[in-house]
Amino acid sequence: MAYSKKVIDKFEKTLKEPEKNSVGKWDPSEDDIGTGMVGAPACGDVMRLQIKCEAKDNTHVIKDVKFKTYGCGSAIASSSELVDMLKGKTLEEAKKIKNVEIAEALDLPPIKIHCSVLAEDSIKQAVEDYETKI
Amino acid sequence: MKLPIYLDYASTTPVDPRVVAKMQECLSLEGNYGNPASRSHEFGWKAEEAVEEARANVASLVNCDNREIVWTSGATESDNLAIKGAARFYRKKGNHIITSKLEHKAVLDSCRQLEREGFEVTYLDPDTTGIIKPEELIKNIKDETILVSLMHVNNEIGVINDIEKLGEITRENGLVFHVDAAQSTGKVPIDLANLKVDLMSFSAHKTYGPKGIGALFVRRKPRVRLEAMIHGGGHERGMRSGTLPTHQIVGMGEAFKLAEEEMSSDNARISALREKFWKGLKDIEEVHLNGHEEKRVAGFLNVSFNFIEGESLIMALKDIAVSSGSACTSASLEPSYVLRALGLKDELAHSSIRFALGRFTTEQEVDYTIDLVQDSVTKLRELSPLWDMYQDGIDLDKVEWVQH
Repeated sequence: MAYSKKVIDKFEKTLKEPEKNSVGKWDPSEDDIGTGMVGAPACGDVMRLQIKCEAKDNTHVIKDVKFKTYGCGSAIASSSELVDMLKGKTLEEAKKIKNVEIAEALDLPPIKIHCSVLAEDSIKQAVEDYETKI
Repeated sequence: MKLPIYLDYASTTPVDPRVVAKMQECLSLEGNYGNPASRSHEFGWKAEEAVEEARANVASLVNCDNREIVWTSGATESDNLAIKGAARFYRKKGNHIITSKLEHKAVLDSCRQLEREGFEVTYLDPDTTGIIKPEELIKNIKDETILVSLMHVNNEIGVINDIEKLGEITRENGLVFHVDAAQSTGKVPIDLANLKVDLMSFSAHKTYGPKGIGALFVRRKPRVRLEAMIHGGGHERGMRSGTLPTHQIVGMGEAFKLAEEEMSSDNARISALREKFWKGLKDIEEVHLNGHEEKRVAGFLNVSFNFIEGESLIMALKDIAVSSGSACTSASLEPSYVLRALGLKDELAHSSIRFALGRFTTEQEVDYTIDLVQDSVTKLRELSPLWDMYQDGIDLDKVEWVQH
């Protein structure tokens, strides 16, 4: 189990300063919050991603993001990496984020690619959830 | 205190310096480098003497005859030789083998190979504490059964099977009984003069000896026969050919001699450390000890920290060398088959860490580890959506998860 330095750095930063790295939770019933939860405990990873959005110039922009992840170090690093990518993006832009971008940013080995797939799924779900509210 | 701290003694142990000193005597120009099979000169005689002294040390630890010890390259080879060797030799008597679901892969994969050759294998379920119940064995014996292979001490959870009772059953039924004892030497007394065990596998490197050397006990009375796997030269009474590696053998002999001398003091010290360690962990919320609480060897603690994935905990504990039953630490992405055989839910198997203390573990190391584990568990739970849900009183078994 050799991790890339990027995964280790991301993981350790997130663990050390959770608030600064967007760890947390909002009330999912709030109008401006979209929540996506993917994975299953039995598979060893569950990600919950929340986006806080506002309407702007005919679209909606992600103002802030919070997440919590149960999973291996790569899963936690993947969620954290995704959070950095999302802030300030429009919903359209967010939906276009692909798992390979996360995998490349973190140098994930092939066996850990599913962590980045999970991250991609979580954003799709969170956007869908928010879109039901507008 | 030196970092990282080694708490993975179940995986392998450092070679005791006293063992290293003995081995070095066989690795110098002035030393004992002869071929133990050379009968024509003093170099050979001296090497043979060293090999036989080591054999006597191994035999003494487990109370058997020196002639019942066959050198191999390790417990994996011993398991292969015992299981395949006995099954193939006794094939005309029957084709059914009994083993269990929590055996080491060396046993399971040998059995799989025999299935491909037409044998039928029954894999016994342990109880929820990891023990194989004698009734389970009795229930599964058939007319065609020839061989039973069960481990003494489990390598993931450290529980001890009652091989005395299991041996009574196999002997009564005229079955060959093989026991993988790789994890038990130096931790549990073994008395082969009284146990009804026919074949027993040993490893040096789990008992402060070198890697690459092991032994198989092959009972002489009643005699057990094996079909050899490695041919060429007829060493070890034809059961395992190949030039004997004097330095490795001497290392194993010395390691087993030390194990015999120090077993009770080692056990007392390591048990006390483990108790201290468990005391420091057990009050963390939602912590589960895996395996039987009493029937276990001194150094092992297999613990599940619910709502945390094991690999992430290992990453957080980066100054501590431990292993996990989590899928993510294996190439197969499956959680530990041993923990699943105990009936543990997948998520608890994913959340497990095996701490294995040993001869060189200090109290200071245990204290440091307790603090680090407590701190890391708190931090990782802060990050865990499952912990959140648990705190909110949500029953995680009733949630519909999006499987991937």
